[in-house]
Amino acid sequence: MQSAIEIAAAVRSGARTARSVTEEHLATIASREGEIHAFNHVTADAALAQADAVDSKVARGEDPGLLAGVPVALKDNLCTRGVPTTCSSKILDGWLPPYNATVVDRVMAAGGVAVGKTNLDEFAMGSSTENSAFGPTLNPLDPSRVPGGSSGGSAAAVAARFAPLSLGSDTGGSIRQPASFCGVVGVKPTYGVVSRYGLIAFASSLDQIGPFAATVDDAALLLDVISGHDRMDSTSIAAPPTSLLNDGGSVAGLRVGLVTELTDVEGIDPEVRAAVERAASALEAQGAIVERISVPSCIYGLSAYYLIAPAEASSNLARYDGVRYGLRVDGDDVYEMNSATRDAGFGAEVKRRIMLGTYALSAGFYDAYYGQAQRVRTLIIRDFAAAYERFDVLLSPTTPTTAFKFGAKTEDPFSMYLSDICTIASNLAGHPAMSVPFGLGSDAMPIGVQVLAPALGEPVMFRVARAIEAAGGVA
Amino acid sequence: MSITRSDVEHVAMLARLALTPDEVGEFAEQLTAILGHATDISSLDLDGVPPTAHPLPVTNVLREDVIGRSLDRDEVLAAAPSAEEGRFRVPRIMGEA
Repeated sequence: MQSAIEIAAAVRSGARTARSVTEEHLATIASREGEIHAFNHVTADAALAQADAVDSKVARGEDPGLLAGVPVALKDNLCTRGVPTTCSSKILDGWLPPYNATVVDRVMAAGGVAVGKTNLDEFAMGSSTENSAFGPTLNPLDPSRVPGGSSGGSAAAVAARFAPLSLGSDTGGSIRQPASFCGVVGVKPTYGVVSRYGLIAFASSLDQIGPFAATVDDAALLLDVISGHDRMDSTSIAAPPTSLLNDGGSVAGLRVGLVTELTDVEGIDPEVRAAVERAASALEAQGAIVERISVPSCIYGLSAYYLIAPAEASSNLARYDGVRYGLRVDGDDVYEMNSATRDAGFGAEVKRRIMLGTYALSAGFYDAYYGQAQRVRTLIIRDFAAAYERFDVLLSPTTPTTAFKFGAKTEDPFSMYLSDICTIASNLAGHPAMSVPFGLGSDAMPIGVQVLAPALGEPVMFRVARAIEAAGGVA
Repeated sequence: MSITRSDVEHVAMLARLALTPDEVGEFAEQLTAILGHATDISSLDLDGVPPTAHPLPVTNVLREDVIGRSLDRDEVLAAAPSAEEGRFRVPRIMGEA
C-alpha cells in the first residue's frame, strides 16, 4: 500500500493514473465498509470523475497539485456542495449543502479525490461514534472496540486503508483520541491556521479542522494543503509560509517536557504511561533534552471544557429550528414547531449538552459556571506559557487507555468525557497538538503519544513526531 | 447542588426542546452529576484572573463593505422544509389578536 506522498508523486509523473488509485481504494471500501461503517455516504461516481479530471490534467502536461489522485475521506460535518452532509444527526438527514467548506475546495484544487463522508458522534459530541444517529463505526483493528470519536469514521477510514488521508475536526480531542485508538497519526493545528468556513459549528472558540494519515509526513502534506488564510472565516490567520514536510532536521538539542499531570492522570493505564516514557527516552537517545514538567492547571481543563463547549454548542445549535434546512416536525405555532423538531431531531448526548450549556449560561448561573470556566482557561494559557519558556514541545499520553469496548462508557456520560482529559487543554489554549502511534498494549491495541507545541509551533511539533515515529514504539 | 425537574423544564423551554417526562427526570439526574464534577473549578479563587473567551488576539475582523457573491436564493430555499414566494414559510408566530 502506497503513502499519499508516493501516490501523488506517481500520479504527477504519469507512472500511475488517479483512476487506478481511486478504483483500488473503492474496491477496499467495497470489501470491508459493510463491517466497519466508516462512512455515512460513499461518493464513488464523483470520486471517479474527479480522478479522471486529474488524469486529463496530467495528459495535458498540467500539474494537478500536491494531492494528485490521492483519495481523501471527509468528516460528515464538512459541507460538500450537493452531497449529503448530516453531522450524523437526524435533524440534517437529507440536507444538501449549497456550498463546499474551504478545506474541501482546497483538497480538490490540489488534485485530491473525495471518496466519501465519514461517520461521527452526532454534531461531533462524543468520544466513540456511539452517538451517531446512523449507528457506530467499528474499530478496524478490533471490531469489538470503538474507533474513538468524534472523528471515528475518519480515523477508521485511514486505519482500514479506505483512504490514505482523511479530515476530521477537533474540539476537545476529536481528532487525536480516535487517531490514538485506531493507530494512525492525527493533528489538531493551531487555532486559526485552517479555515472553518463550511465546518458545521460545535464550539467555535475551540473547533479546528485537521488531518489523519498513516504517517507523519502524509499528515504534513495534507495540513500544508488545507492551511492558510481565508477571508470567509474571521478567525482565520495567516499560516506560516514554511512547509511541514520533512526538512531533515533532528531533535538534537530540543527541550522536551513530559507533562506530569497528564502522564500520571487518574485512571491511566500503566502500559500507556510506559509507552510515553519510552517515547521520551527515544527522543533523549536522539539528542533531545527531556525533563518532567508540571502544568498544574491542566487538571481543571476537563471541567472548564464541559462548561465552555456545551455553552457555545447551545448557541450554535439554536439554528436547527425547522425553518431553513433539515427536519421539521409540525406544530400549531412556531414555538411548538421549533421544540418538536428539536426533540425529534437531536439524539440524547446533543440534548444533554444543549441543556447543560443553556443552564450554564442562564441568569444567575453565568458567572459561577461559564465565567469561572473562562478564567480557568486563562490559567491554563498562563501555565503553558511558563512551560514553553523552558521547553520547545511537551509530551503526554493522547488518551489514558487504549480503545475501549462498545457500551463500556455509555451508561455514565462523565466516564466518556474522561477519555479526552489529556487532549482538552490544547483546545482551550488554541495550541497545536498531535497523536503519533507508539507501540501496542497487551490488548494488541495501539497506544498514542501526544506532542504538544505552542501556537504556530507546528514545524517543531512535526519534527518531534517524526522522531517518535522513527523510533517505532516497540518495547 | 441539585438540578430539579422544574429547573430542567425551564431550561428546556429556553432551549426549545419538547422533552418527554422521562427525559426531564433523566436530565435532572445527569445534569446534577455532571455539574457536580465542575465543583473543582467553582471552588477556585480566581479573583483578578481575566476570562478568556477566545484563544486568538484578533478582534473586529471586518470585510470591505462591497457587494460580493452570495448563495443562490432558489438553491437555499430548495433545502428548506417549506418555502413560498421566495421566503421561508413557518407556522403562525403570534396568537389571535
